[in-house]
Amino acid sequence: MTQVKMTVNGKSASGDVEGRTLLASFLRDNLKLTGTHIGCDTSQCGACVVHVNGEAVKSCTMLAVEADGAEVMTIESVANADGSLNVIQQAFQDHHGLQCGFCTPGMVMSASALLKENPKPTEAEVRHYLDGNICRCTGYHNIVKAILAASGQDVSALAAE
Amino acid sequence: MPKDGGIGASSKRREDIRFLTGEGNYTDDINLNGQAYVFFLRSDIAHGVLNSVDTSAAEAMPGVVKIFTGADFEAVGSIPCGWQVTDKHGEVMQEPRHPVLAHGKVRHVGEPIAAVVAESLSEAHDAAEAIVVDITDLPAVIDMKEAVKEGAPKLHDDLTSNLCYDWGFVEENKGAVDKAFEEAAHVTTLELVNNRLVANPMEPRVAVGDYARGTGDHTLYTTSQNPHVIRLLMGAFVLGIPEHKLRVVAPDVGGGFGTKIFHYQEEAFCTFAAKACNRPVKWTSSRSEAFMSDAHGRDHVTKIQMALDKDNNFTALRTDTYANMGAYLSTFAPSVPTWLHGTLMAGNYKTPLIYVNVKAVFTNTVPVDAYRGAGRPEATYQLERLVDKCAHELGVDPIALRRQNFITEFPYATPVAVEYDTGDYVATMDKLEEISDIAGFAARRKESEAKGKLRGFGVNCYIEACGIAPSNLVGQLGARAGLYESATVRVNATGGLVVMTGSHSHGQGHETAFPQVIAEMIGIPEDMIEIVHGDTANTPMGMGTYGSRSLAVGGSAMVRATEKIIAKAKKIASHLLEASEGDIELKDGAFSVAGTDKSVAWGDVTLAAYVPHNYPLEDIEPGLEETAFYDPSNFTYPSGAYACEVELDPETGQVTIERFSAADDFGNIVNPMIVTGQVHGGLAQGIGQALMENCTYDSDGQLLSASYMDYAMPRASDVPFYTVDHSCQTPCTHNPLGVKGCGEAGAIGSPPAVVNAVLDAMRSGGKDVGHIDMPVTPARVWAAMNS
Repeated sequence: MTQVKMTVNGKSASGDVEGRTLLASFLRDNLKLTGTHIGCDTSQCGACVVHVNGEAVKSCTMLAVEADGAEVMTIESVANADGSLNVIQQAFQDHHGLQCGFCTPGMVMSASALLKENPKPTEAEVRHYLDGNICRCTGYHNIVKAILAASGQDVSALAAE
Repeated sequence: MPKDGGIGASSKRREDIRFLTGEGNYTDDINLNGQAYVFFLRSDIAHGVLNSVDTSAAEAMPGVVKIFTGADFEAVGSIPCGWQVTDKHGEVMQEPRHPVLAHGKVRHVGEPIAAVVAESLSEAHDAAEAIVVDITDLPAVIDMKEAVKEGAPKLHDDLTSNLCYDWGFVEENKGAVDKAFEEAAHVTTLELVNNRLVANPMEPRVAVGDYARGTGDHTLYTTSQNPHVIRLLMGAFVLGIPEHKLRVVAPDVGGGFGTKIFHYQEEAFCTFAAKACNRPVKWTSSRSEAFMSDAHGRDHVTKIQMALDKDNNFTALRTDTYANMGAYLSTFAPSVPTWLHGTLMAGNYKTPLIYVNVKAVFTNTVPVDAYRGAGRPEATYQLERLVDKCAHELGVDPIALRRQNFITEFPYATPVAVEYDTGDYVATMDKLEEISDIAGFAARRKESEAKGKLRGFGVNCYIEACGIAPSNLVGQLGARAGLYESATVRVNATGGLVVMTGSHSHGQGHETAFPQVIAEMIGIPEDMIEIVHGDTANTPMGMGTYGSRSLAVGGSAMVRATEKIIAKAKKIASHLLEASEGDIELKDGAFSVAGTDKSVAWGDVTLAAYVPHNYPLEDIEPGLEETAFYDPSNFTYPSGAYACEVELDPETGQVTIERFSAADDFGNIVNPMIVTGQVHGGLAQGIGQALMENCTYDSDGQLLSASYMDYAMPRASDVPFYTVDHSCQTPCTHNPLGVKGCGEAGAIGSPPAVVNAVLDAMRSGGKDVGHIDMPVTPARVWAAMNS
């Protein structure tokens, strides 16, 4: 067992982990931050995306010991200070960008990383960026629409309901 | 103007708040004090004699609590099958025993052989690697037609062959069908494969078993679409636990698509082991395990033929299908290729004579069962590919041929035993032609050709049977369950309502849509109504969510219970208003006396029910809580017409979906936003089946597509924005909401449109190959173009 220390969602966090413990498991099992989900074992699905030192990372591709000393932000940190949904979360609700909700934390974390790098992405850029995040429910239509809306673009022509 | 509440409003989903903030409560988020973890050692051999399982070294490994093998489960029941099909000779299907852990033989890669319960998952995993399993390989049975040949190796020694059943429907029609073919002016024949798929909800399955020795109570937390069904099947047939001592909880569930209907060995194991170890036992499936243990879908091989007269009217249809059951019968597997498939073969057409033959076959593969659409996508794909092929053979327009043969009068009794109550196939086709801009296709094709690409346009229609189902009918057809739904509506003293439903929401948005119905009925805000589901301890016996049944059946139960509530509330109001009960009207959340200005608010009536000081106690009981069970009198029949437009690169064979349009008739609609979202998701799954998804085995029974590295899931860049319309509405005539169901349409209706479009593109490039099997990968397209 190795002790790791990191800052998670602005608070210091530590725990004893095996060398093989993934960051995703450390967050879920040690810190009980169960908003980060695990949907595969080949780093394909993106349900576990978190931000490590400001970069979007699939937390199943990173060992907990690799994150020692890092700043980690998870889905639990995204909402506004008063608990209300932030712009991206609100856009996902407004545009029905989620159904079962399982891929959603990873989608929101990826979307927020995208908009940080590229504040006004095109549809094609959004779709390309999301290639590491699989959703089985929505057919992606409303996820792409929500992210475009969150970037301040007009999506009213896209199948409004 | 869109409504801002009630039926027809696109109310935003209340469940989104917890999902968007990481506060969902999925089964893997549940951790119980003292829990141990189980790792299943699974067979890596498809077919073999299980000589021995030596756990002695593993038992000495750190952290091991207990190791179980098949021998530990000899005294418990077989994993049951919920549907018994009777074959064309009047014999019941062959039904093998399905053990919790393999015993005597292994029959598919992924079958659990041993289970290690340990203090941690990694210790369980490590110990499993120290188990020594001795298996004598037997020849794997993979190809269905080979499996049923004389002398083929048998999977189940106690069965007569690998044939589960040979089903004929409608057997009495066979002679007349064959005669119609002899007299036909034209016959079109098509042989095709409906590719094996893996449902792949993003949340892998999880089970947590718990046992309270002090009371003898069992609890199972599980990723299920129907917790009561699991309680009944596992309690009564596998473990012998009476329902009052077994609670099954399915909390937030991350997608199902059918594969979380079924009762699985891991659920029975965790429940059993929790008692045996006297501590909670948790299993979390990895994705790799999911590929080899979740029930798969589809996997039909079909020959289908249409007979037409000289005027291009369809005169008869016959099909010959091999349907893969896998190694064992999953919960509803036998029903999928039979009653959920054969009964849909009329499609949207007035073909007078139909005969469907289905041979269900055991193979050394993962069991196959319902996946989004379940039988209906297979029927639609065959029929709509066939109709397109008819049109091209006859040199007529595929849409015109469809229109010519549409059923136009309702109700319509098909020759395959169902009666469509309503529909308007002309209207949905008209709408499709409009929204798909078929008129502009020629210009778009020219633009593609200018870039060196081919462009194709494909259409199809679909009909589905949803809202399963009248219990007495399905009982006759072999169902070992009723298919009603339930709801208890509890009104609180201060006027809020809690609805406990037997339906289960795993992405469908019941917590938002169901309150819209009750809000409309009573005239109160939606946020006064809460939906409770997913826990057998606090919901009435219900059959769960699948087959697009929740609103049509579960919603109807809720309406019936609310009607009882309103009837009782009117009695209370009539007492409070000192008026005749017949004069009481409920509107906008207040009871009034007709023709007067006397009224009493909803909240005053509900308070009176629980504080019955001024109350007709001699006539009615205090309280305001009612339960209803709703058993539908027919299926519902959503229908529609879909169009796909593809661009094909003749150099590489790459196909891209440029446009996809869906015109659906779902009857009345409660929440248009949710309905549209359901269609979007179904379309992506149908496009995935048509273009990329394929679950494949090699001839030794090794699963070649066992991870997201090998099984191609549709990604955001594989699909376009869709054009979806559901303004054509012919309400269902036999349920109180007039709703038909929308959950599966997208997956049912899209694969033939995609393949028809690809073939159209190829024809435009001078290559008419007649048919190409799904998935239409670049390799297959390139090979066909260069054949």
